[in-house]
Amino acid sequence: MKFLPIVWRNLMRRKIRTFFTVMTILVAFVLFGVLMAIRAAFSYGVEVAGADRLMTIHKVSIIQPLPQSYFQRIRTTEGVKEVTYSNWFGGYFQDTRNTIQSMAVDPESWMNMYPEFELPADQKSTWYKDRTGAVVGADLAKRFGWKVGDRIPIISPIYRKPDGSPWEFTIDGIYNSTKQGVDKTQFFFHHDYLDETFRGTGFMSGMVGWYIVKVADPSTADQLAKRIDAMFANSQAETKTATEKSFVSDFAKQIGDIGSIMMAITGIVMFFILFVAGNAMAQSVRERVNELGVLKTLGFGDGRILSLVLLESCTIAIVGGGIGLLLAWAAITMGGDPTGGLLPIFHLPPRDLILGTALVLILGVGTGLLPAMQASRLKIVDALRRN
Amino acid sequence: MNWLSQTIAVTAVTLRSISQRLGSSIVAIIGIAGVVIVFTAVLSIAEGFRKAMQGTGDPQTVIVLRSGSDTEMTSGVGGEEARLIAETPGIEQGPDGAHASPELFVIVGHPLKRSGTDANVPLRGVTPAALAVRPTLKIVEGRMFQPGTNEIVVGKAASRQFERLTVGTDVRWGDSSWKVVGVFDAQGSVAESEIWCDAKVLQPAYRRGNSYQSVYVRLASVDGFQAFKDALTTNPRLQITAIREPDYFSQQSEILQTVIRSIGFGIAFLMAIGAIFGALNTMYSAVASRTREIATLRALGFGSSPVVVSVLVEAVLLSLIGGIIGGGLAWIAFDGYQTATMNWQSFSQVAFAFAVTPALLSLGLLFAVVMGFIGGLFPAIRAARLPVVTALRQL
Repeated sequence: MKFLPIVWRNLMRRKIRTFFTVMTILVAFVLFGVLMAIRAAFSYGVEVAGADRLMTIHKVSIIQPLPQSYFQRIRTTEGVKEVTYSNWFGGYFQDTRNTIQSMAVDPESWMNMYPEFELPADQKSTWYKDRTGAVVGADLAKRFGWKVGDRIPIISPIYRKPDGSPWEFTIDGIYNSTKQGVDKTQFFFHHDYLDETFRGTGFMSGMVGWYIVKVADPSTADQLAKRIDAMFANSQAETKTATEKSFVSDFAKQIGDIGSIMMAITGIVMFFILFVAGNAMAQSVRERVNELGVLKTLGFGDGRILSLVLLESCTIAIVGGGIGLLLAWAAITMGGDPTGGLLPIFHLPPRDLILGTALVLILGVGTGLLPAMQASRLKIVDALRRN
Repeated sequence: MNWLSQTIAVTAVTLRSISQRLGSSIVAIIGIAGVVIVFTAVLSIAEGFRKAMQGTGDPQTVIVLRSGSDTEMTSGVGGEEARLIAETPGIEQGPDGAHASPELFVIVGHPLKRSGTDANVPLRGVTPAALAVRPTLKIVEGRMFQPGTNEIVVGKAASRQFERLTVGTDVRWGDSSWKVVGVFDAQGSVAESEIWCDAKVLQPAYRRGNSYQSVYVRLASVDGFQAFKDALTTNPRLQITAIREPDYFSQQSEILQTVIRSIGFGIAFLMAIGAIFGALNTMYSAVASRTREIATLRALGFGSSPVVVSVLVEAVLLSLIGGIIGGGLAWIAFDGYQTATMNWQSFSQVAFAFAVTPALLSLGLLFAVVMGFIGGLFPAIRAARLPVVTALRQL
């Protein structure tokens, strides 16, 4: 501790360089944070997908509907704790660019299935009773300035009302989530509203998009998935059942290399910026070789010189990296999605914050180690002679 | 001595002294090269995707969708409507009638080679006119499917990205089984990511009755679009919208492009700040190490602006070298890199190749020069403001 003043003086001898080195590292870690958030966004919330939830879709593809009659059959299957269904509505608000993740659901079983969508009890009971009511995510409500009680016209290119008018929904509730990584840009409404409108037309009536099943015992999820598929084998609509997690990760894989490309870029970026910063740090040690020689003459041991130099490089790394990570975290948490609604889940996972902190320390030691070892191994005579 | 010759002289001295500061100069070059690599690479994804989507987008080809739909996915056109559309004047006529092809567009889950997991492949049901509407499309292996059978032809890119999509293989989707009989080339356009079959076979398999999702039309002339569109929209029996193929595709690529562009520019901007700090560091230490030299020049009667210019020239030159190296590396490493991603508008896979275009490379160079200029400006001013006497005295 008593050597802190000397470390401080060394850092301040070239204020400009220290400042720029700190800034370079700061920028590198802001970038690290942002890229990690992007990676999390491209994984579409695979971290929060419930391991105890299964999804049952049509065997051919998710766009093929399944009969609503499967609901009862799945519910009475052994090992099923809860079942609900959903239908992709594909609606947009005012302009086709404002496509909303809108889903026709069975409200009660839906909210039971997804406890992470937190909705005040009074809003919940209003919604259950209001056939044309909808519940929206907090981020979506913020995007369009919707409040509880608003009447919202939504147009869906898939589901057109017979008279061609837009669908009218009342916002009965706005859900939020204390859990990180939960998509708060969705829009849920009564499947009954959709179904009744099309009853008797033969189009999509009595059909749902997919089922979500809560498993009583997650360790038997795979067997249950097989049982459900076997139940509907050789029927008009065969099914494919798998965990929600594997659906989400398959979906993310469809986005493909983009995610891994982002990671490659993070690697390149970190390498280059740290290379620049590391060089500046090494340079500042090289310039002081004869000073270090003086210190040695005064009786500083090799180990002490080593730790002095390391302390200096770590200080720079911790100040720059720490502020950088903090800024990244603040910008991501407050600023949100930079694409304006296209990446619904945009957050910095705590795991990546820890990884970032570890990187800061590695950087501090890594950039200081080589010059520190050189400095500690110096022969006094050589050091004093060198200028 | 006039200003110009002073500037040239000082700049020449500065540039020749770079060799003594090689280490820190190389660091600056590498820093800037890194920024340019990433900048070019990220934007080449967006560029490649745009190219694939527009690809052979032909202004003479028009896509007719239900009004209010902006993708084939959400569109629906009845059999009767399709007939009315084909009868509209302005369509190119061939020996078999109007070049108008009503088509179905569905997606099927099929395992991807790169991950082994299911991804969505677009399955397009077409009519015989489909080939007349797309003159650039050619079967490069095997043959076209026989109408009325469960035969399919696959696009080159789909065949490359997905498992078992080769000529002679049988594939099963749900309760129907299909035989791959051919592979087609569509000059790198998005159609190459699709699988084609007979619309008449697909309709019952997907319980679509006699309805389609879109009608592809080839116009008799490029200029006939407005007249054709007006004829369609004024027909009271039709509620549809018509869009030229290039416009349709650029609209389709909008979401992914927005995502990649906003991410790409965001990353590049942050990186640039980092690289500018690096360049500032290099240039400040360059100026610092030459303090006495610069002061000597000033004492000899050189003005301060030639000194400023010389430092700026050095910084810009270094960044230019970095920019060229970075752009070159990005071009070698990424141009033509084949990949695929999901097209958000149709929820299905589309293959594309990264494209490092000359425009992108120039943008990268410009970016490098701007970084160098900013990185050199402040050190240059500092060099010019050095008090001559104290600087000369400095060790």
